[in-house]
Amino acid sequence: MSQKKAMLIDLTLCVGCNACQSACKEENRLPPGEEKYLSLTAYTALDKYNDLYVRRMCQHCDVPTCVSVCPVGALSKTEAGPVAYDAEKCIGCRYCLQACPFHVPKYEWSSTKPRIQKCKFCASRLAKGLQPACAEACPTGATQFGDREELLVEAARRINAEPAKFVHRIYGKDDVGGTSMFYLSPVPFEQLGFDSRMGKTPMPMLTMSALSKVPNVLSVGGVLLGGVWWITNRRAKVQAFEASQKKDPTRPPEDKP
Amino acid sequence: MKIPGLPRITGWHPIATTLILAGAMAAFARFNYGLGATTNLSDEFPWGLWIGFDFLGIGLAASGFTIVAAVNLFHAKEYEPIVRPAILTAFIGYLLVVLVLIIDLGRPDHFWHPLVMWNPHSVMCEISWCLMLYTTVLSLEFAPIVLEKLNIVSPIKWIHAISLPLMIFGVLLSTLHQSSFGSLYLIVPNRLHALWYTPLLPVLFFISCIASGISMVILESLIFARGGRDLLPTPLRANLAKIIAVALAVYVVVRVQDLLTRGALRELTALTYYSLAFYAELLIGFVIPFAMLLMERVRTSRRGLYAATLLVVVGFAFNRMNTAITGLEHYPAQTYFPSLIEVFITLGITAVGFSAFSLIVKHLPIFEPMVAGPRPRKEVVTGRPEPIFISREGGDLESR
Ligand code: SF4
Ligand code: SF4
Ligand code: SF4
Repeated sequence: MSQKKAMLIDLTLCVGCNACQSACKEENRLPPGEEKYLSLTAYTALDKYNDLYVRRMCQHCDVPTCVSVCPVGALSKTEAGPVAYDAEKCIGCRYCLQACPFHVPKYEWSSTKPRIQKCKFCASRLAKGLQPACAEACPTGATQFGDREELLVEAARRINAEPAKFVHRIYGKDDVGGTSMFYLSPVPFEQLGFDSRMGKTPMPMLTMSALSKVPNVLSVGGVLLGGVWWITNRRAKVQAFEASQKKDPTRPPEDKP
Repeated sequence: MKIPGLPRITGWHPIATTLILAGAMAAFARFNYGLGATTNLSDEFPWGLWIGFDFLGIGLAASGFTIVAAVNLFHAKEYEPIVRPAILTAFIGYLLVVLVLIIDLGRPDHFWHPLVMWNPHSVMCEISWCLMLYTTVLSLEFAPIVLEKLNIVSPIKWIHAISLPLMIFGVLLSTLHQSSFGSLYLIVPNRLHALWYTPLLPVLFFISCIASGISMVILESLIFARGGRDLLPTPLRANLAKIIAVALAVYVVVRVQDLLTRGALRELTALTYYSLAFYAELLIGFVIPFAMLLMERVRTSRRGLYAATLLVVVGFAFNRMNTAITGLEHYPAQTYFPSLIEVFITLGITAVGFSAFSLIVKHLPIFEPMVAGPRPRKEVVTGRPEPIFISREGGDLESR
């Protein structure tokens, strides 16, 4: 399982049957139902735009914002692709909720020992060599599971085969540095609630430029402040000495600081 | 009851007691029923009033590191009398912020995790470390005042020996986390409104904390003066006011220039929810006090300075609250207003801070030495150990 896994979601094939959501809820022991937005009880949700259905879920980003902001490393990107969460570490600062560009993590606000909830990319199933419950349940192949590179090739092939059917873009290929969920769409993604202004640079890079200056501030700043102190301190001593000289001219000059 | 050095506030005791009791009850509710039932926080708005309070507390407590740096690193010894009150303010400020942060955490019982589980990519992790280390530094800077009172000499010498590196470390830590509070938002370019989001957030946060920190020093000294203890003579206060004016000017130039280069100025042409908040912040906190402080008449008058520095502090509060709340709201669809419990906890903790301050001022030698202004330079040999930051000679920091 060294290959990174991914899913290809072809919106032209989705019939809105909700099988993915039902399978997900069953797999994760969540109350059954049909939800439009992600919630504590919907790790995947089925949004509707005119006659198009759009699955939402954690994108399992390649350079995940949530992983980079978590102060205690409760979130981590695993080798196989899933972004995993460890509630034992989580302190509940909710920076991940604030920072995730896809608004994915949801918080157990009503609990006194709250946790984050989000799609797990069925990590435990993947470990057993199974595919995610949602992909397995999908009757039309709109959600397809596979190796990341192979799915990218497949997505490009579909666009090339029927260029009139799709907008020429694989959403997730390199948005915010690439994700594990690729979307193909017949209409521009902006019309389907996708944020397409986020660019290709992973969000964590925005913070790195500031954080990478920390060692410099410490070392250069330390030397600078030490220097300032030395200079001003010496000036004060010289002044004090000169003052004492005036008062007591008999003091031997070799005392000079 | 009258505490020397602090002006009397009529009815302060019943007010403080009520606030603290209400805060304690609110905190009890928060821990018993969880964040969802007691706050207006939500998945869409995971950070609210408490984060704003933290920004504010830390920014105002910047008085500590600015004055320590000025007096002990830049040898502006004439400001010595205000060092201890400034350290005390900072110390209390930081303790309160840490307390609010812990209440804010979903898992307060895990608050110590950042100390053992690191993530060097997380600004939040860096801030936790800075907060913890700087609060330690402050407690070491504060300890001699307590030890002096208790007449325990030996640890004072020990702290004295490391005071220089300690101070430098404290100033560096402050520089880091004051700016890092701004860096927290670098990662949400798609959420924070263009009037507040800029890659320069850390720089702007740092510059503004200098203005607000020094304003707090002036405000404090004016309040003490009203209580009959004038720690800083007028010319010294006027000099501090000049530094504030410079910081404000730099801030406004950088801020407007940044809006210009990012093309965000057009957000200001129409009067919207956001542009109004922006104008309020920039005019109240920066432009108006800057114009006031340009005038010699204001800098040398107590009332003028009081008004100007109060404006700086209020505008600073606006700025931090706008960054933490207004800029993240989607007006009018999705807004945030704190719940009563959030407000009560915040007020209660603030009241604890004020009460602690007046208690400590009453019992510990915060206002020593009593003489205002530069004290005569003479070799003083007293039975009392030399307090750490009240160095009587320029050179005594290294001689121990
Ligand atoms: S979509 Fe959000 S929660 Fe999922 S991996 Fe990316 S940043 Fe993390
Ligand atoms: S809420 Fe938990 S998982 Fe999210 S960033 Fe904070 S500590 Fe990490
Ligand atoms: S990958 Fe698993 S957890 Fe995620 S949406 Fe599919 S079934 Fe649910």
